[in-house]
Amino acid sequence: MKKRIGILIASVVTIAGCATVAADSDYGKEAMAMLKADFKSKGPATMERLLNQDEAQQLCSEYPTDVPKDKAAALEASQLKQVKYPADGKYLGDWKEGEKIAQNGRGMQSSDAVGSVNGGNCYACHQISKAEISFGNIGPSLYQYGKIRGQSEDMLKYTWAKIYNAQAFTACSNMPRFGHNGILQEKQIKDVMALLLDPASPVNK
Amino acid sequence: MRQRSLYLFAAVAISATASVMAQSTTDEIAKYRQLLADGNPAELWEMRGEELWRTKAGPKNVSLEQCDLGKGAGVVKGAYAELPRYFKDVNKVMDLEQRLIYCRMNLQGLTREQAVKMPFGSTGKPSDIEPMVAYITSESRGMKMSVSTAHPEEKRAYEIGKKIFFYRAGSHDFACATCHAVDNQRIRLQDLPNLLNKSNAQAAYGTWPAYRVSQGEVRTMQHRLNDCFRQQRFPEPLYGSDVITAVTMFLAKSADGGVYNGPALKR
Repeated sequence: MKKRIGILIASVVTIAGCATVAADSDYGKEAMAMLKADFKSKGPATMERLLNQDEAQQLCSEYPTDVPKDKAAALEASQLKQVKYPADGKYLGDWKEGEKIAQNGRGMQSSDAVGSVNGGNCYACHQISKAEISFGNIGPSLYQYGKIRGQSEDMLKYTWAKIYNAQAFTACSNMPRFGHNGILQEKQIKDVMALLLDPASPVNK
Repeated sequence: MRQRSLYLFAAVAISATASVMAQSTTDEIAKYRQLLADGNPAELWEMRGEELWRTKAGPKNVSLEQCDLGKGAGVVKGAYAELPRYFKDVNKVMDLEQRLIYCRMNLQGLTREQAVKMPFGSTGKPSDIEPMVAYITSESRGMKMSVSTAHPEEKRAYEIGKKIFFYRAGSHDFACATCHAVDNQRIRLQDLPNLLNKSNAQAAYGTWPAYRVSQGEVRTMQHRLNDCFRQQRFPEPLYGSDVITAVTMFLAKSADGGVYNGPALKR
């Protein structure tokens, strides 16, 4: 009888121990169930994109502050492999169009029309041209981006990839993956590239 | 040499002008707030809300005066400063807007559909919910936020809210944390509170609901969160849903101990 009580106590302790260990992932599962039950698709903001996280979104949600180094490196390599460079090999479009894209914050919100043209909203987070003083500071200043860095093939390729998929270089960067996630089209990325790199762009004056 | 130093001087002057302009915009908003602080239009919502609260309504033709907001039936004073909280009668955690739905259904006999109708008003289409929320929250003005996570259900809501705060998804990979987890950040010229920083969280959470000058309405916490999720490129949260209560619980706990200062006035 005593032995039975002993076993009972031992198994209760084990169960309680497991519950504590599993709690964090349980909260994660419950959070997913809540997101599924309590949101509804509206406009271009869909439930599919809310619930089906890709590898980057999963990893970055799991480690909101410090991603383990090996996991970060693996993610960066995998994201870099998926970058699509311009089909015609031309990286620079029209900086004036690029400026419009950098100013435009519309697109992909539940209040936007499905299929409307998205902006890049670059000024939300970056200083870019000197004339625009209403800029955010979540990202670094890009003023004189091309003047400082030049226009070597490597620099063009790197900048393209950075806009296309910032997580190819910095796992869990706050910057949206504009090409990878289809926010900007190839032509739009060329125009933003010109804003940053064209010597005629006010960014490089 | 002379030209160069002139150029340098000009560059410094220009960047100084830019930061002065940015600064003065913020100052102007602060001045505007100061100007209106003594006559916040939210007071009109608070007055109308109190009237709605005390007026007999619904199929059962009773007022909401006996609604239990957590401190016992009929106690409004200080109730909001302790929300969200666990309610034994429903065995779950509710925020203010959920609890209001509950009381309108159970005391007044409204259907859920009737109780969640028009949560956010517009010109010519006033909401009953916004004024009642303004009234209830105003009854906690000046009090210290005291939010409990002692009950397992409260702890659970908090932990789920925290998960959602860091959950990245959607076309832009955004989480709440993308904009609200670092000090002194801005979107354009708009300052962003770091909601993981206690004093920031207290200042931000403790001033909702608020009269929005740009909208001409008092907006509730759920309205504020809906707007965040929209900009986050998330789909739309349902009104009075548990996901909103969970996120609210996380934010309320982060702001715990701060003085509640709503309904405030915002741009």
